[in-house]
Amino acid sequence: MNKPKDSTGHKNSQELIIEGASCASCVAKIETALKRIDGVDNAQMNFALRTVVVDGEVDSEDLVQAIESIGYNARSAEDTSDDELLDEKEIADQKYYTSLMRKMWIALGLGVPLMIYSIAGGPMTVETTLERGIWLFIGILCAAIMYFAGKHFYVGAWKSFVNHSANMDTLIALGTGTAWIYSMVVVFFPMAVPEMARHVYFEATAMIIGLIDLGLALEVKARGRTSEAIKRLIGLQAKTARVVRDKKEVDIAIEQVLLNDIVRVRPGEKIPVDGLVIEGHTSIDESMLTGEPMPVAKEEEDEIVAGTLNKTGSILFKATRVGKDTALAQIINMVKRAQNSKPPIGRLADAISAYFVPVVMIISIVSALVWLNFGPDPALAFAIVSATTVLIIACPCALGLATPMSVMVGVGKAAEAGVLIRNGEALQTASKITAMILDKTGTITEGSPTVTDILVADKSYTEKYILTIASSIESRSEHPLAQAIVDSAIAQEIDPEDISDFQAIAGHGIEAKLEDHHLLFGNQKLMFKKGVFLGEFVSKAQKLADEAKTPMYLAIDNKLAAIIAVSDPIKEDSIEAIKRLQSSGIRVVMLTGDNRATANAVAKKVGIKEVFAEVLPEDKSNKVAELQAQNEIVGMTGDGINDAPALALANVGFAIGTGTDVAIESADITLMRGSLHGLADAIAVSKATLRNIKQNLFGAFIYNVAGVPFAAGILYPFFGLLLSPVIAGAAMAFSSLTVVSNANRLRFFKPKEH
Amino acid sequence: MLIINLIGLGLIVLIVWWFWLYQAQSTQVSDEQDNSEITVVVEDGIYQPAHISLLENKALQINFVRKDASPCAATVLFPELEISADLPLNKTFAVQLPLLKKGEYAFHCQMKMYSGTLVVK
Repeated sequence: MNKPKDSTGHKNSQELIIEGASCASCVAKIETALKRIDGVDNAQMNFALRTVVVDGEVDSEDLVQAIESIGYNARSAEDTSDDELLDEKEIADQKYYTSLMRKMWIALGLGVPLMIYSIAGGPMTVETTLERGIWLFIGILCAAIMYFAGKHFYVGAWKSFVNHSANMDTLIALGTGTAWIYSMVVVFFPMAVPEMARHVYFEATAMIIGLIDLGLALEVKARGRTSEAIKRLIGLQAKTARVVRDKKEVDIAIEQVLLNDIVRVRPGEKIPVDGLVIEGHTSIDESMLTGEPMPVAKEEEDEIVAGTLNKTGSILFKATRVGKDTALAQIINMVKRAQNSKPPIGRLADAISAYFVPVVMIISIVSALVWLNFGPDPALAFAIVSATTVLIIACPCALGLATPMSVMVGVGKAAEAGVLIRNGEALQTASKITAMILDKTGTITEGSPTVTDILVADKSYTEKYILTIASSIESRSEHPLAQAIVDSAIAQEIDPEDISDFQAIAGHGIEAKLEDHHLLFGNQKLMFKKGVFLGEFVSKAQKLADEAKTPMYLAIDNKLAAIIAVSDPIKEDSIEAIKRLQSSGIRVVMLTGDNRATANAVAKKVGIKEVFAEVLPEDKSNKVAELQAQNEIVGMTGDGINDAPALALANVGFAIGTGTDVAIESADITLMRGSLHGLADAIAVSKATLRNIKQNLFGAFIYNVAGVPFAAGILYPFFGLLLSPVIAGAAMAFSSLTVVSNANRLRFFKPKEH
Repeated sequence: MLIINLIGLGLIVLIVWWFWLYQAQSTQVSDEQDNSEITVVVEDGIYQPAHISLLENKALQINFVRKDASPCAATVLFPELEISADLPLNKTFAVQLPLLKKGEYAFHCQMKMYSGTLVVK
């Protein structure tokens, strides 16, 4: 895949991965072969990385061919699919896990026997020459273990140190290094150390390295589970597609499907790329993306999306989006991005972690000085133990992992329910929402209104004539209810008349002309404004409105001709979902451009007490601001098209029922299925995630805040207690594992049954 | 005892100076081109180079090469730019940055153990 560097028309640049290049002389060969291709301006190989960067307008397949023709294998670096990356990651993680476990056994192989010996009362002191000899041997063994099982800590610590930074490696290296060096000094120069302090700590060094390796290994495993949701999404992608080429159907790799290819999908197969059905009809299971359990019927001209499952029929479709452009690829991208973004709650931990390690180093020095100055004998031994223990127990990792691990799992969990959270901030704010504005049409209701009643006022017109006029006017309107009237006319095979002087009056209706008749079609406000007498029809309209129908008046030559009522059915599960929102303490408000009576009727049916009715489209965001002025944290839910400004202004904007159209920029959270349960789920997931983050942060803070002074020996003057460095090592190794495991608990989170 | 205390204090001063007060040198990206590339190796707890500077409104592609198998190294975040990337092991992974305004932009791993800065002048 070509990858333009910027949009200003500069040269394209692409990278290829070369396999089989084993000597530096291959470089010139490969570069020359590439430069000979038409369109290649430059080719430069990085031998160390086995990659070559090619500048110029040229197809990557030509480049691959050229390289293969001279005896090497090549593939485009950008071609690595998510699937392959994931597999590679798993293999790499597994390898890392195995190597850590091996290191752990090496270290504990020495550490555990020494530890048992010391617990069993074996002297760990250096007195006689024989003891010196034995301990020297063990010390050298210990150094070997530090090399084989802990080299990564020391190298990492040194490199960061040179780079003026410090991290977990620094603490481990300093802690174990101090213990080892002190022990070696005792072995070599026992006379330099007071008699009571001639103690060796080789067991601590080996145990700490072993335990931390074990902790890291288990953490790698646990971390693998945090990305389950994204793995599932990536797994939805089909590997091959059956494409019609030269009038034959051939199976090709998914990467090779081109735009406008005609693709065949048989029952039981996954849809490979996004497209439009051109032949056949079927039903498609979209639940894996939208969470909508019912299969969706598809026929010609209908859109289908990659990753969903074809259930019943065989269809042909035209590919409209392939590769990284498919809805599935975009969803994966969005989830990945959100998983890696941090909610504001994590900022404090971030700020702390920048200072954490050097501060711990300073505390360790201070602690040693205090013991040396004021400690009982053997003060030197106490100083060394406390300094080492402080270094070892402090765990910046737990603090650093607290937020990202929970966000990772929480965002993934939401995606499984068809809820796409844009970033960490949206996640956090959603958990704090106090008021939720629901747009009526398409959110609470189906958004597919139908004509229910036609009340003719002037008996000289037939119902059919009324519908003809109304549909002729509405065929030019963009109002959501207009489509209902047009559809109704089409169903009765009515052809529209030619309308002139069409004029939409915002918030009122439409004024137009049919031949020399003057037409008005709209709400009561329009009729009053134009002085049309309504008489008893006011109460008839009221009655319709009370039934949650929207009455519209048609006047011909300023005389009322009829009322047409349109009704938009309420979504089956809206009532229950709204109850869920309300029972979690959220103030639910309905917003609509519809007339007050209809709005109230709908609100009553679904159990909403507050209604903003007759709101002009441009005023929707004012209503959001109004609630915000009452100190509410406002969520706004709409279809994301007509209410974009309101969604953008709200603290959290939810776009609902977008199916798989995920590119709604104004929404912080996209609900892929139409049900309002998705909204309740989104809030429930974000609350659970935030709770999880707080537990993690609290745990990590308390652990460090309590652990460090404890390690420094603050309890010693009162209870004679001093922590062993080995215990500190175990605590440290498992503190970050605890954080990851706690985050993993979120995987089992289930929003309330519905 | 006095000497030991002085050594201890000296160490503390050194830590403060070395880790906090020291101003790191940054690697300047060639400013003649409109778009440049730089390779950052992710290994042994550090980004190499960790401090990168470039001129305003110049595009930059950072090619990350991750050589550390530890999961900490696997993700790089540019919080201010809302960019994040999962870095494959022992492979080049290109992160294309948008044109940037003057300022300092941090990039780091999820836990901030690996960290670097991008200075736009």
